[in-house]
Amino acid sequence: MKSDSRLLSAPYTVWMTVFIVLPMLLVGYFAFTDKSGAFTMENILSVGQYSNVFLRSIWLGAVATAVSLGLGYPLAYIISKVNARRQNVMVMLVMLPMWMNFLLRTYAWMTLLEDNGLINSMLAALGLPRVHMINTAGAVVLGMVYNYIPYMILPLYSVLTKIGKNVIEAAQDLGANNREVFFKVVVPLSMPGVISGVTMVFVPAVSTFIISKMLGGGGNLLIGDLIDMQFLGSAYNPNLGSAVSLVLMVIILICMGIMNQFDDGGTAEGGGMLI
Amino acid sequence: MKKAGGRIYTFLIFLFLYAPILVLIVFSFNDTDTGSRAVWGGFSLRWYQKLFEDRLIMEALRNTLLIAVVSAAASTLLGTMAAIGINSMKRLPRRIMMNITNLPMVNPEIVTGVSLMLLFVSAVKLFGGRSLGMASLFAAHITFCLPYVILSVLPKLRQMDPNLYEAAQDLGCPAVRAFFKVVLPEIMPGIVTGLIMAFTLSIDDFVISYFTSGTTQTLPIYIYSMTRKRVSPEINALSTVLFVVVMGLLIVINVRSFRDRGGRQKKEEV
Repeated sequence: MKSDSRLLSAPYTVWMTVFIVLPMLLVGYFAFTDKSGAFTMENILSVGQYSNVFLRSIWLGAVATAVSLGLGYPLAYIISKVNARRQNVMVMLVMLPMWMNFLLRTYAWMTLLEDNGLINSMLAALGLPRVHMINTAGAVVLGMVYNYIPYMILPLYSVLTKIGKNVIEAAQDLGANNREVFFKVVVPLSMPGVISGVTMVFVPAVSTFIISKMLGGGGNLLIGDLIDMQFLGSAYNPNLGSAVSLVLMVIILICMGIMNQFDDGGTAEGGGMLI
Repeated sequence: MKKAGGRIYTFLIFLFLYAPILVLIVFSFNDTDTGSRAVWGGFSLRWYQKLFEDRLIMEALRNTLLIAVVSAAASTLLGTMAAIGINSMKRLPRRIMMNITNLPMVNPEIVTGVSLMLLFVSAVKLFGGRSLGMASLFAAHITFCLPYVILSVLPKLRQMDPNLYEAAQDLGCPAVRAFFKVVLPEIMPGIVTGLIMAFTLSIDDFVISYFTSGTTQTLPIYIYSMTRKRVSPEINALSTVLFVVVMGLLIVINVRSFRDRGGRQKKEEV
């Protein structure tokens, strides 16, 4: 009987081999060949020319992740402290914007940040000088934080609600003040949530190409834009694009490896998966 | 004092999350000829009228829904079967399968999109056939939905008491019937969650569709081209309609689960 049910996953195995494993191998193949199909290291080596793009992506992604953590942690903490009914409503409110297509959400920020957009019109109406906001690195970070902060808040919240009241009471009984309880008990216990939140924000932020295109103008090229340009843009070169993709994958694997070092292994099995 | 601080903070974060959406909605009713995004010219429904007369948008919407229905159904069927298979595997093959399942979730979307594009383009080059379009979109969407289905069905299978299935067979129930009568009802909540997730992920997907669609338009791709080319409040009207639909769906789902919970509690009380 057991072998019967194991056979049920055969179509899936075939499907994933064709549509996940094979494409990944193709990325590797394209990265190490030239247009005629001959082996070359040229693509990988020329990725080095774009090190400024990589550094910018990692830097902006890291800033956006840090800002999301800084803004999201207090909110997750506040949500975890209110009564159950309000918790549900507030979690819904955090999730609701995610259900709107992210292109539209990013587009909304375009209308707000433009030179003669809403924020500047308001500033002008108040007699204040206009501020140039669109097409700056700051606008890109803002777009990342706006789009991905729910991915930070939700895992944090789900970890924070699981911290038992008795643990906190025990710390208080042993003479810890509120500050000590927070930093010595709550924060360490919420680390799994921090780690999954950080990964869930950093990975999409570092590999985005729409946010930088819409809010960053041409001056804030990110890794995603570079890949996009090689496949669907003016600089058509799938071999170079594959090489860039490969390097991006390696960078993300390294970052996740580093993050997992901070994890005590308590959440090894699918800890971060929410919903 | 502390409570007030918390309230203000919560308010500010929610303002940050909702202000742009509100602005979009308000300006979808803007009566303006210049298409300016910041000047208020009075109330009008003209952009809604234009939206529903826009044949390209309606075609994109039709494609999006078709792809979502097909790929949600296909990935739910394939994924549920796979989950049952994986659940009865030995440790090592199960780990390999789970790693492959996790791969598209860990990988940046753009890499998944690009790799699928390479696959489809190479396939066309090798075997001929039509270039990218609906077929490649179906394949791509089923692929990225599958892991979510598997990950929502597997926990239900693990929670299930394996003795139940064996008990049914001991009592003379044929294997297939035992599956439909015993196993399926147990894992149904996971299957439904997977189906809903696959459907919404497919509707919302832009990045992977962008690389695998060729010239076929889906709604997110059309929205993208709208933000690139011309600036029209039509897009605001479209956002508003989508937002209201999603909110309506969420409220329905929540009311249902609330009722479910209420019903269950009552049963327990009895």
